[in-house]
Amino acid sequence: MDLNLTLFGQIITFALFVWFTKHFVWPLIIKALNDREAKIADGLAAAERGHHELGLSQDRATELLREAKTKAMDVVDQAHKQATHILEEARLEARGLCERMLKVAEEDIVQAKNAAKISLQQDLGHMVVRGAESILKQTMDAKVNDRMIADMIAEVSFSE
Amino acid sequence: MSSEAQDSTQYVHHHLTNMPWSHPFLQQKLGAFGVLNLDTLVVSFILGSLFSIFFYVMARRATSGVPSKLQSVVEILFEFVQKQVKDTFHGSNPLIAPLALTIFVWIFLMNLMDLIPVDLFPTVLHSVGVPYWRMVPTTDLNLTFAMSLSVFGLILYYNVKEKGFLGFAKELILHPFPSVWLAPINLPLSIVHELAKPVSLALRLFGNLFAGEVIFVLIALFPIWWLQWILGLPWAIFHILIILIQSFIFMTLTVVYLSLAHEAH
Repeated sequence: MDLNLTLFGQIITFALFVWFTKHFVWPLIIKALNDREAKIADGLAAAERGHHELGLSQDRATELLREAKTKAMDVVDQAHKQATHILEEARLEARGLCERMLKVAEEDIVQAKNAAKISLQQDLGHMVVRGAESILKQTMDAKVNDRMIADMIAEVSFSE
Repeated sequence: MSSEAQDSTQYVHHHLTNMPWSHPFLQQKLGAFGVLNLDTLVVSFILGSLFSIFFYVMARRATSGVPSKLQSVVEILFEFVQKQVKDTFHGSNPLIAPLALTIFVWIFLMNLMDLIPVDLFPTVLHSVGVPYWRMVPTTDLNLTFAMSLSVFGLILYYNVKEKGFLGFAKELILHPFPSVWLAPINLPLSIVHELAKPVSLALRLFGNLFAGEVIFVLIALFPIWWLQWILGLPWAIFHILIILIQSFIFMTLTVVYLSLAHEAH
């Protein structure tokens, strides 16, 4: 229980262990701890930055989407307009074509009618000549002939 | 006085005697002071070496990546000590934290020896020819004073280093009463104040652990076997708290004293 030389022995031992800890233990572990602290801080900062960038990208994506929608709507609108335009043009063209075809048909009809008229007149002439021949064969009453011819001519004229 | 009582006295006495070793030359020169307590020296050195080797290996293996469980334990201990130091000590001194860590873990390990059954090592060693063996180095005043006097030396060193010799002398003379005329009162008070630090550090640790040891020895004296268990277990559990608190107190007070040595009043 008395103090003795052990005191000095222990002081040396104590100094030895403190020295050892200070030089070979403490710096290494503190370095590891500090490094990890820096790593974690970096990681957190990176995460924060990523989060921020994600927000920005989302905003941009929304913006792009809205722009695209507007553009698409414009395109559709234009397409509608163009379609209406084309339809209108087609209708006009069709109408013109139709009218032209009608006109051609009408002209054809008129031509056919004229041709028929001419052929009828020719036939009639022949008939008249033949009638006249037969009448002439029977009677040569000039008055009667004149009247008959006049009547015939009148008939033909009326029937025109 | 029965022989049983005498046996008990002998038993207690035996448990409280250190294993002495001395060289005739030392004994002749220094008398009773020339003795070395082998048990204190050996046990404390083994425990300190265990602490050093374990921490050295952990420090070598320490990575800044994901730590192993063992590394986490060491780191928790480190950060605990570092936080204590940071909270109390405001200067920058690379010695304080390693010193605090060494004190805390080493004293804790030495105190921990108190939880080993009191008769185990003395009996085993007695059978191989070692007559005395005290397993708990912190129940030896030599050890507690060795540590507290080392701390005291550091206190004086840093007082002079930080404040200069004159500054330190001024502090001793002008406290607690800030007048040169009261120096004759201040100086003795200051000296007592400073000397109380190592003495209280050493005696507090020694007293707590010595008392704990004595209680264990006394419990071991009870003749009824189940009383050992009923008394020994609660005391051991309670003692877990004490050994931890005592090592913590020694560490914290060391940091506080060294912090005071760095700060001018």
